[in-house]
Amino acid sequence: MNHLLSIADLDRAGIERIVERAQRFAEVSDREIKKVPALRGRMVLNLFYEASTRTRSSFELAAKRLSADVVNFAASGSSVEKGESLKDTVLTLSAHKPDAIVLRTPWAGAAELVSQWCGAAIVNAGDGKREHPTQALLDVYTLHSRLGKLDGASIWIVGDVAHSRVARSNIIAFQRMGAKVTVAGPPTLIPRGIEALGCDVRFTLDELASADVVYTLRMQHERMSETWVPSLREYASWYQVNGRRLSPRQVLMHPGPVNRGVELSGEVVDSPQAVITAQVEAGVVVRMAVLYELLAGASAPPASPSSGRPEPAGAAIGERQPA
Amino acid sequence: MAADPLVHGPQQPADMLLRDVHVLDPRAELDARHDVRVRGGEIAEIGPPGTLAYAPEEELLEGQGRHLLPAFFDPHVHMRTPGQEHKEDLDSGTRAAAAGGYAAVLAMPNTDPVLDSAPLLRSLREAAAREARVSIGFLPSITRGLLGDQLTEMAELRQEGAVGFTDDGRPVQSAGMLRKALQYQRLCGGVIALHEEDPTLSRGGAMHEGAVSAALGIGGIPSVSESTMVARDAALAGYEGARVHFQHLSCVASVHAVAHAKAQGWRVSAEVSPHHLLLTEEHVRAMDTRMKMNPPLATEADRQALVEGLRCGTIDCVATDHAPHAREEKEVPFEQAPMGTTGLETAFAALYTGLVLPGVVGLDTLVARMTAGAELFELPTPRIAPGEAANVTLVDLDAEWLAGERGWESRSENSCFAGQKLQGKVLLTLCRGAVAYRERAFSVVGA
Repeated sequence: MNHLLSIADLDRAGIERIVERAQRFAEVSDREIKKVPALRGRMVLNLFYEASTRTRSSFELAAKRLSADVVNFAASGSSVEKGESLKDTVLTLSAHKPDAIVLRTPWAGAAELVSQWCGAAIVNAGDGKREHPTQALLDVYTLHSRLGKLDGASIWIVGDVAHSRVARSNIIAFQRMGAKVTVAGPPTLIPRGIEALGCDVRFTLDELASADVVYTLRMQHERMSETWVPSLREYASWYQVNGRRLSPRQVLMHPGPVNRGVELSGEVVDSPQAVITAQVEAGVVVRMAVLYELLAGASAPPASPSSGRPEPAGAAIGERQPA
Repeated sequence: MAADPLVHGPQQPADMLLRDVHVLDPRAELDARHDVRVRGGEIAEIGPPGTLAYAPEEELLEGQGRHLLPAFFDPHVHMRTPGQEHKEDLDSGTRAAAAGGYAAVLAMPNTDPVLDSAPLLRSLREAAAREARVSIGFLPSITRGLLGDQLTEMAELRQEGAVGFTDDGRPVQSAGMLRKALQYQRLCGGVIALHEEDPTLSRGGAMHEGAVSAALGIGGIPSVSESTMVARDAALAGYEGARVHFQHLSCVASVHAVAHAKAQGWRVSAEVSPHHLLLTEEHVRAMDTRMKMNPPLATEADRQALVEGLRCGTIDCVATDHAPHAREEKEVPFEQAPMGTTGLETAFAALYTGLVLPGVVGLDTLVARMTAGAELFELPTPRIAPGEAANVTLVDLDAEWLAGERGWESRSENSCFAGQKLQGKVLLTLCRGAVAYRERAFSVVGA
């Protein structure tokens, strides 16, 4: 694997490999010194064209725990605001020879383009409304921790599917792991043709009880340029996952940040069924596993001599040694 | 007295004997090998092969049975002049046309400034008379600045040589506004060509709405955004007895709406582009910005309906919607990229390869549809007959080439067919007897 552009780049075995490696990295997070030297001397560039705190900081933490150098480049306040194109920005930043670029943009397919323009490993950290593959990986990881294998599990993805890159990556990832996926939401927010991805479509939550996992999406006010539902009040009355709709055996997930009182009621956010905090925790170890896979894994390209690649880094994993 | 609507550059007509060419002209009912003499800008003589004597002052071309067709007519190109000459200009655009076998094109008004006044039309026509390799006509806008709220001075524009009118690139969103233009057409004439799109349905879209847009998370443009407007404006044309032409149809429902309008006897015609005849939304899956155009590539069912519409004549003609964009404008993420593909240099070969070779459409039908635009816009149709203007193109139907392998005559390279293996190559294009294009490798014998 040279890049992680789409979750579709990974087959089931590939997803499982990353999940397993993330499980080993989870142990690192519990140490007093939360660092391994696996990527010492490598540079990870966070290139973010959209506001993001949790994804960006999660990648930053992941890279730092692997001892990589991290450069954060936000589009606001940069040459981008002076009209520099994505290509020119990438070519300019490539002069610093990053080993990996973590890229978030508001445009579908931007990660593919950037991968053609520079030699770094590209991690898609969200391209428009299309995909967010590391979110899907951390969600699979979280569910693995909670449920074990996903084969035969029924997973409902509820809410604004139209504007959600999380939904698209998760529909693919959950199905690859053997789950049955249903998307549910108001007809204005379920894209026409989504069933071609293999999922079922529902416009009410009447059958929500059949779900083993309820994955609610954020109502993305910031992505909406017009009215998609008559009111948030009406949306909440039809699609809010709350104590009345959620049964105790179901696992509740949300990619965050939560709009309490809109897609989720406060009591379910704080209930033991909710694994929302576990998802955030999983973000760091899964992104460690992705960066490791790309830069130090078996299929990673050899490091250039100047980047000072450390000795076989895999040996360091799981061994107690100060970093 | 209105000006001649087509203008062309100052190139001198050649005297030429095309020996043993396979003349195919469905309108002249010619489909056989002949010698053809071109002299003084006209087709002077046609005779059985080997019968026309070579005169020493002529250039002699050995056709060896290659096909001589009436030169194509494209009623829909973007020459980007004035204002966007970094994409295309009258010289490069008409060179691209000639390289594609076209001897005449109609240029759209969505330039900068918009072609919406007689002085601007006059200056453009003067520039064309200096630079154009093939004949070019201009369609000024229906509404000033393409803003949709005030008619241009259509009568004065017609006197200055406007072929017709269009707000191409945009619809005339207000039915009331369009109705006024249709009424005013009774005074000034000129076909009104319509880009059909309901912006309240297409807003936010960058590709066809369907399974692929859902999978890519890219905003979709539903086909009804076009077809509802075709139906609306056909009804308006019927009510006003006006003459309208529907541009670049892209979906089955629009074909039905045009068929319905024609069945009512309404004075409508329609065009379709090579890319809509040959490509679908599946070609957008890799998010190649050369596959981004407006209207967007739709489904296979839509494509087949367009092919059938063209074959049976519901769709009257092929138009490329040649829409050049600079490399850096297209080298951006899909959603950011401007809409459009170039088309002039690949239209014939792509359609010959994609429709004629598989036996879907006959070569005679393709030739008829690639030349029919002239008559639709009340201009003389190219015909291969003695005394007619020598607007012809010589093609090698066996030659295979990779689109773009030797660069483009167009200033831009955003061709949706780039890199594809095509069969059928234009060797020579004559516009009023002048050599507008000659394939470099095409050997000249004699002269």
